[in-house]
Amino acid sequence: MSTTETTAAVELSTVTKRFDDVVAVDSIDLEIADGEFFAMLGPSGCGKTTTLRMIAGLEFPTEGSLKIFGEEVGTLPPNKRPVNTVFQNYALFPHMNVIQNVGFGLKMQGVSKSEIATRANEAIELVQLGALTKRKPNQLSGGQQQRVALARALVNKPKVLLLDEPLGALDLKLRQEMQGELKSLQRELGVSFVFVTHDQEEALTMSDRIAVMHAGKLLQVGSAEELYDRPVNRFVADFIGQTNLVDATVSDDSTIVLANGTKINAPNPHPAGTKVAMSLRPESITIGEPDEIPDEFVPTSLRGQVTNVTYLGHSHVYTVSVDWMPLEVRTNATPTSVVYEPGSQVAIWWDRRSDWVVPDEGYGT
Amino acid sequence: MSSNKQLKGAAKNVLGFNAILVYIFFYAPIALLVLFSFSDDDLVGRWGGFTLRWYEAFADNEQVQSALTISIRVAVVSTLVSVVLGTMAALALERYRFRGNTFFDALLYLPVIVPDVTMAVMMLLFFAAGRDLLDALFGISFAKGVATVTLSHIAFSISFVSIVVRARISGMSQRLEEAAQDLYATRFQSFRYVTLPLILPGVVGGALLSLTLSLDDVVITQFAAGPGSTTLPVFVFGLIRRGVTPLINAVSVVMLAISVVLVVLSLVAQRARDGSAL
Amino acid sequence: MTALATPEFEKANEKNKRRQGVLLALPAYLYLVLFFAVPLGIVVVYSFATRTSTGATELSGWNLDSYGRLGDEVVRTILFRSLWLAILTTAICFVVAYPFSYFLATRKPLTRNLMLVGVLIPFWSNFLVRNYAWRVLLGNDGPVSQLTEAVGLGETRILFTPVAVVLGLVYGFLPFMILPMYAAIERMDWSLIEASRDLGATGWQTFRNVTFPLSRPGVTAGSILVFIPSLGAFVTPEILGGGRTTLLGSFIVSQFLTARNWPAGAAVSTVLMIVMLIATISYFRSGGRTL
Repeated sequence: MSTTETTAAVELSTVTKRFDDVVAVDSIDLEIADGEFFAMLGPSGCGKTTTLRMIAGLEFPTEGSLKIFGEEVGTLPPNKRPVNTVFQNYALFPHMNVIQNVGFGLKMQGVSKSEIATRANEAIELVQLGALTKRKPNQLSGGQQQRVALARALVNKPKVLLLDEPLGALDLKLRQEMQGELKSLQRELGVSFVFVTHDQEEALTMSDRIAVMHAGKLLQVGSAEELYDRPVNRFVADFIGQTNLVDATVSDDSTIVLANGTKINAPNPHPAGTKVAMSLRPESITIGEPDEIPDEFVPTSLRGQVTNVTYLGHSHVYTVSVDWMPLEVRTNATPTSVVYEPGSQVAIWWDRRSDWVVPDEGYGT
Repeated sequence: MSSNKQLKGAAKNVLGFNAILVYIFFYAPIALLVLFSFSDDDLVGRWGGFTLRWYEAFADNEQVQSALTISIRVAVVSTLVSVVLGTMAALALERYRFRGNTFFDALLYLPVIVPDVTMAVMMLLFFAAGRDLLDALFGISFAKGVATVTLSHIAFSISFVSIVVRARISGMSQRLEEAAQDLYATRFQSFRYVTLPLILPGVVGGALLSLTLSLDDVVITQFAAGPGSTTLPVFVFGLIRRGVTPLINAVSVVMLAISVVLVVLSLVAQRARDGSAL
Repeated sequence: MTALATPEFEKANEKNKRRQGVLLALPAYLYLVLFFAVPLGIVVVYSFATRTSTGATELSGWNLDSYGRLGDEVVRTILFRSLWLAILTTAICFVVAYPFSYFLATRKPLTRNLMLVGVLIPFWSNFLVRNYAWRVLLGNDGPVSQLTEAVGLGETRILFTPVAVVLGLVYGFLPFMILPMYAAIERMDWSLIEASRDLGATGWQTFRNVTFPLSRPGVTAGSILVFIPSLGAFVTPEILGGGRTTLLGSFIVSQFLTARNWPAGAAVSTVLMIVMLIATISYFRSGGRTL
């Protein structure tokens, strides 16, 4: 029984998977809404693929409840679940041509030959592969294989489509192109897409919501903005985008003390005395002369020395050493912008709303 | 610099020359044997004009004909059994984990590396002991014959078949079977429509190897055979030991032709499995 | 029916999978135990048995006499001769096959495949027939003899000598050396050789320190595949040695068929098997993967 008004497409509660003594997935709670583009993101070995495989039925959970549209499916084999998968490297059947690959699921379900032909052709049309129906997978490019894999899964009208690193095998340009296509395909069909990736950019650009996993644990679920601006812990802050993590201790609700004793205003409260890290995105920091810190930024400023500058065309990336650690600072490069050479004494400051304090945890136990 | 280049060129020529010699070494004896099988001369190695009389003698010789029939029977039956057993074993070892699989793996490898003669001795003693045991326990008496020869051929063929099939299975991603099940195939359907067609070239390759080995074997067969179960190689071997005649040339060429047909078939099967040797 | 996952379900599912594996393996397993492992055990048992004066074997009064006989002058000679001829065969195969495999592996794909087929045909062809072909060639007044006479070298009389036996063994087993060696060289990372040359190594230094070590798994596999059957060869020495060059294989066979000394034959078979096992295990230990 679901307590929410609308039934979640996929609902995991306290799902755990152990392989012998290794805990691959550690008591995960997760709800994926119908029609959502949902990403599971994390470094390799974090348990994201195992979670996806459990939803598909390719692994059974050791314990916990796994529901698809309200129905408990934890022990059902893959052929009894209303989901389909686009596998990593596609797993196309090499002895079948495109149309046979696409029609396979329907054939197994006992659909009549004429209907298989109609629906398979529709699916092939949907992924724009019309002319290639008689080709074998090894006669197709990576991108074309990817489309066949999509059509092969979608032709069955799954209630949820699972994608395991679907773009991992493609080169950069094709990957970006396919990102857009996947996104619009999902909108068109209105089916939930759950995809697994280790590429944060891919997750951020495509998904409605993202789950960040690490060492079998689900650390945070949220939109791209939430993950980027308000990470729940040090791991998420570090994993999503680039950031400076400055060790600190909370002195009271609105102040943290850095290692050199500097007191800084913090936007989000933590219990006094806890060890925390302040996450400071390189692009949120302003660099300037030591004596030109604007008054309102004095409580959120530090002094240091430039040790390195890298020119990236659209920006300069500085490494500024502030006594006890180096910080990265990114500034937009315009023809008029001042460039600080290595060795220069500088000040850096930031808006008090753009730093974010996270508990010093999240790298597993 | 230029002398270096000359040296390199010379080295390449030596390698190429060596390769030519190797092929001459491989094929000249076979070619001459084929040639002499058509020679109208009572000496095996002398050209005396073209004739087909040795092949006629081959066709008329009842002993040869019966030995050939027995050979084919043994080869076909032992291949059928070892293909089924060997393929099952290969699937078990590549796709499942179970207690004792390392021991099974080793046991499966042994027949490949045991020398023929040792295997032959094993069969001789085993069937002798088996005969005594069955007689003592149940009063059943059996004699060595086509059945014991077939049993001994299966004992070594299973291993070769399973090695060839395993190579094929290990090159096949398990994701394919998972994809089939994800696409509503039952375990049986996934085997029927995905696994089997994909491992088939390996199974065919294994079967052809098994046929070849069975038709090749002399020593093991000799030790496992009884009266009335002389295979063609054993018969020919006996003839050669008594003295060579041009009839043997003709029989040899026929055996060679059977081998070559099997090679060609196996190469065709191999084309489907990405050019790996053996 | 509730489909809630539990540790018990998972365990049952895994057990079920293991059972399927066992069921698939079982027929071959039972077959090999009965028709291979048991016979193997019987051979070992017989090697400790006693031969009666009538030539029968008595399965009692277990002793090591048959192994003691390995020290006899006659047996020792055969043992050393077999070892020597097997080593010689392996060495000749290596010397011929290495440059050949190297040449083969460096051809263009199409040429390479054609050349490979040229090796596979003899590899698959009937062994007895291939030995017999040499019997025809080397026979009295045979083509080889005629050829040597024609060029003034006189009559060749190598049939029924150890030379003919080695020739037959090399002919029979050369493909066994070429195929794994070719596979090893073909798999080699050629950029390592370029790197070696780039680092200033001469051609010979590169070969000694890079190429050869990289191809060694193939060399070892090939050597084992030639050495083991050569050591136990029976057909070749019978046909080309005419029974005059007795090797281990013929000796074992004769113990069973003519001398009727089964324990002695069983003991030599056991020793042969142990040699073969040591060779194979040491190959796998040294990092070899497949034979």
